[in-house]
Amino acid sequence: MEKFILKYFNLLRTIIAVLIGIVISVFLIFLISRDPGFSLQQFLLGPLLSRSRFSSMVEMASPIIMCGLAIALAFQARQFNVGAEGALYLGAAVGTGFAVSTAMPGFLHLPLTLLVAGGVGALWGFLPGLLKARWRGSELVASLLLNYVGYYLGLYLINFHFRDKNAGYLVSYQLPKSAWLAQFIPNTRMHWGILLSLAFAVLVFLFLYHTTSGYEIRMTGANEKFARFGGINVFKVVVLSQLLLGLLAGIGGMSEVMGIHRRFNWQSSPGYGWDGVVVAIIGRNHPLLIVAASFFLAYLRVGGQVLNLMSDVPAEMVTVIQSIIILLITAEAFLAQWRYRITVRQAESRGEAA
Amino acid sequence: MSAMLQSILSAQFGFAVLRVMTPLLFPAVGVAISGLAGSVNIALEGIMLCSACAGVLVSAFTQSLWLALAAGLATGIGLAALLGFFHLRLKADIILAAIAMNMMAGGLTIFVLFLATGEKGSSSSLTSLVFPLVHLPLVRRIPVLGEILSGQNVLVYGAFLAVFLYWLIVFKTPLGLRIRAVGQNPDAAQSVGINVNRTRMWALLLSGFFGALGGLYLAMGYVSWFARDMTAGRGWIAIAAASLGNNMPLGTFLSSLLFGVVNSLAIYLAPLAVPSEFIQMIPYVATALALTGYSIQAARRRRKL
Repeated sequence: MEKFILKYFNLLRTIIAVLIGIVISVFLIFLISRDPGFSLQQFLLGPLLSRSRFSSMVEMASPIIMCGLAIALAFQARQFNVGAEGALYLGAAVGTGFAVSTAMPGFLHLPLTLLVAGGVGALWGFLPGLLKARWRGSELVASLLLNYVGYYLGLYLINFHFRDKNAGYLVSYQLPKSAWLAQFIPNTRMHWGILLSLAFAVLVFLFLYHTTSGYEIRMTGANEKFARFGGINVFKVVVLSQLLLGLLAGIGGMSEVMGIHRRFNWQSSPGYGWDGVVVAIIGRNHPLLIVAASFFLAYLRVGGQVLNLMSDVPAEMVTVIQSIIILLITAEAFLAQWRYRITVRQAESRGEAA
Repeated sequence: MSAMLQSILSAQFGFAVLRVMTPLLFPAVGVAISGLAGSVNIALEGIMLCSACAGVLVSAFTQSLWLALAAGLATGIGLAALLGFFHLRLKADIILAAIAMNMMAGGLTIFVLFLATGEKGSSSSLTSLVFPLVHLPLVRRIPVLGEILSGQNVLVYGAFLAVFLYWLIVFKTPLGLRIRAVGQNPDAAQSVGINVNRTRMWALLLSGFFGALGGLYLAMGYVSWFARDMTAGRGWIAIAAASLGNNMPLGTFLSSLLFGVVNSLAIYLAPLAVPSEFIQMIPYVATALALTGYSIQAARRRRKL
């Protein structure tokens, strides 16, 4: 048992943090709601009980997975670029512009549109990366500022160039059918973009743990000086990790536009880039754990929406809970005492045996 | 165009610059003091938001400015203490912990606003208070300068005072000496008996104090209501302002003033026939450019050494 705890300590710690988060949300619901039993049931079971809600949970997880992978690539290199939000928004806006103003067969249109969005996103990740690598400027602050710039640029593009004036509100023209990601389960909104994001999770996993570049990224993150002395091109790592961040975020945003709305309809930024930060922290920057964390976050989100709709508790409760969870997970010393005691006891018993 | 130029060269423009600068200057001083101690507080965006919300709600429900001030300050300092606890005691990475806190602030303020008013957008249904305007005696008589300086919100003068206070703390008190020592070399500071963690905690608490004043001004002076995400990146711009100013009082003040001018220009340019998206982008683009220019400059200086 104790060996098991030591081996999976980080995972257990994460689970405990998540449980604490859920306990706090139960507490909050009982504090606020007039009918806490019903509200609680809606919150925890709501996302699972109907086909459409289950579907919205799965489709919501998709862009979150992409942004989580994106952020994880940068975080693995210890680059605090949080620009996934801007890269996703601007990438999807430009990608939409490309898709509605070109005509070609689907086998070209689909990948090219995703590539355009990814390329614009990559540029958005590259800029803070260059600033950091070349002049040691803060990639964190730069990426935060670029999030706003990307948002307004994207909004401008849609508003002034690709706006469908026949629609009653601010949306782009509809994408041509050749640029639609189709549904793989009929009568739901589950589209191929979801499988694409799962494929990307495997790709990023292979990249990080089975290629030289991935090793260099992790090495730089673990100890930059050591990496430098070991002959790793840190400049390349810093730029590449952030460029890939933007690429993945751009593709993630575009695939949601192509798979669900079929037009650009985000008047305000959808927040997936920030969700990406959350799942990267919960999944400790590991691509496969990020997939699990994304489904969990999407579950909480849809639960929050159901709660908002069916009861008197606002959906923003979920934001509070998720922040508490990641705060606990980032706290290195949280439960460290526990591990310490077990380690000492194990060492002592081994000493007696010998 | 010439009419616009005239309005930019007028005393009202100077007046506007001070108004716009204040919610940048307070958090910039907060970032600077925490940065000087070596643990940059990037949670000020969220701290300002929470303090603004607390101030508006308390003033609306008690109709007391003093209680609102106390609530806003307590919120800001309390959140800074929480950040300090997680970073210094629980060994959380301060950047990640601060990101979490900023996120929490965005949700928590809407959550609380909804519970208090039943709305999620703004507190416009409440009658909340604002801090009073002050007409400076004598100064108001000076032509142009009087028009710029007099008749501002009391917290605008508070922001100037904050810069002075910051200078006083850093250069004239034992705490300031410890803060500078800890920031420059924590190990050396430790070796002469300075408690590094306690010093950093003090710096964080002070940053929370200044950030809270920025938030209070924003919702109870700059405007007279609380709205969701009303800080709109001022906490981030403040980080850039503090680093442009090398975390020093005068430098931080001057770079905040610069950003104040740029942001006021953006407001004055709004009637131009340029898409509003571009006007709204100006503060962020200008800050990013300033940050880049500063980083290049700093890199050159390092190379010369």
